[in-house]
Amino acid sequence: MLDDFFTRALVAGLGVAIVAGPLGCFIIWRRLAYFGDTLAHSALLGVALAFLFQINITLSVFLVCALISMLLLALQRRATISADALLGLLSHSALAVGLVCLAFMTWVRVDLMGFLFGDILAVSKADIAIIYGGGALTLVVLCFIWRSLFASTVSYELAEAEGLRPEFANSIFMLLMATVIAISMKIVGVLLITALLIIPAATARRLSGGPEQMAILAAVCGAMAVVGGLFSSLEWDTPTGPSIVVVALLLFILSFGPIKQLKGHLSFAQKESNDG
Amino acid sequence: MDSLITLDNAGLKADGRWLVRGVDLTISPGEIVTLIGPNGSGKSTTAKLALGIRRPSEGHARRRADLKVGYVPQKLSIDWTLPLTVDRLLKLTGRLSAQDVDDALARTGVGKLRNAEVQNLSGGEFQRVLMARAIARRPNLLVLDEPVQGVDYTGEIALYEMIAEIRQELNCGVLLISHDLHIVMAATDRVVCLNGHVCCQGAPGAVSRSQAYRELFGPRASETLAIYEHHHDHTHLADGRVMHSDGTISDRCPGAGTSSAEPKEHRHAG
Repeated sequence: MLDDFFTRALVAGLGVAIVAGPLGCFIIWRRLAYFGDTLAHSALLGVALAFLFQINITLSVFLVCALISMLLLALQRRATISADALLGLLSHSALAVGLVCLAFMTWVRVDLMGFLFGDILAVSKADIAIIYGGGALTLVVLCFIWRSLFASTVSYELAEAEGLRPEFANSIFMLLMATVIAISMKIVGVLLITALLIIPAATARRLSGGPEQMAILAAVCGAMAVVGGLFSSLEWDTPTGPSIVVVALLLFILSFGPIKQLKGHLSFAQKESNDG
Repeated sequence: MDSLITLDNAGLKADGRWLVRGVDLTISPGEIVTLIGPNGSGKSTTAKLALGIRRPSEGHARRRADLKVGYVPQKLSIDWTLPLTVDRLLKLTGRLSAQDVDDALARTGVGKLRNAEVQNLSGGEFQRVLMARAIARRPNLLVLDEPVQGVDYTGEIALYEMIAEIRQELNCGVLLISHDLHIVMAATDRVVCLNGHVCCQGAPGAVSRSQAYRELFGPRASETLAIYEHHHDHTHLADGRVMHSDGTISDRCPGAGTSSAEPKEHRHAG
């Protein structure tokens, strides 16, 4: 079944979407969109280092993202410039340094577009194994720290006072972010990872009444975007990563539509046509 | 160690400034301690030191190993991006049975709001929900940071009655923070007056003894509210320094006021 490149792409994309949804919710709740962007951009540095030291790209990206996230946490505590300026600085610097490093390694021929915008159609069986292994691990760990992480999202002080160790949960969350970025880079590329994290979660917000429900719905919306994006890219020969993001955006816009009213209109139109 | 929490000469320094310093405070099971003081006097900071939210820059903060805290913070804003019902908010830091949730909400008078979205609550309703959340987990220490903010006297009296009831029921210690310098909860065992350090402490006097207060608040209030008379031997100057009763001025008064021999009039400058 996995011999067909399109099936492999579908399976890999669904795996990433299911993990990205719940984590994306936390990015929205904690207002970490720019933070996620910074981590994603630093992934390119991880790619460069992987070529330099001849190690696995996913592992290298994970390590660089984890390192940058810890560095950000430390810098935010003592920095004199504001958090968003710091993020903007690191975000684009990491991207630029990554690009320059790759250019220096003249012996390496890489498909830069593939890293920037994803290359889901080139996913191998080994990639799928990494995505599902890392993804399953991420979801299991997230379930373990869920109560503590969510409580500290609502109020850090409340979580700390009532003994939930929010600092520990926050650090683990950073590692989970690094994992998701590492495994989704191949699907949508470093420039679009944040979109896959945020847009499905934002879509789910309008439709859900509780945090757990929102996490599951975000995974479902992400999966729908992957399926829709892949098939539309096949149909209209558009780049796959961006197509997935466009479908996610369309779902988001649809979620803003008055869904109940829309149903009303449909039944009204039906009635009219029946009358006519 | 029997007391639930112990602060031993605890102080917190932030950005080169002492927010609070030299605080000794213990809370035993079943004891109600009311922390009073003007704005910015370090009441919330003291509570955070006691709870372990902040670590003391000097001195020690100790908590009993089996401490189970129910905390009502002074401020809590829930972002609109968070889909959160009252029911889920009550279960924020631990599991609860449906019965526990219903009981706690009914007790604080918001029994019908269980499935309401937190964002749609009024300020008063939200405060009651937070109170319900704190008591639903059956804590052995209840920490309430200005629970009567924005509540009228009738509401305040009802709240104090409920706190006294819960203390009886759970035998929990209560740390109550109030910005009212003179009227405190009658069931309070000990009042601690803070202004960067402990200025004075003692038991409150009954309102019922004062005819004027009884007329002002009514007979029910006289059971619930009490007057606290301050006995300070120093005055806080506007620049944060301290003037002692003998006229000397110093940057701080180590251990001041806790056992003042001669009662002095209460004077907070500024």
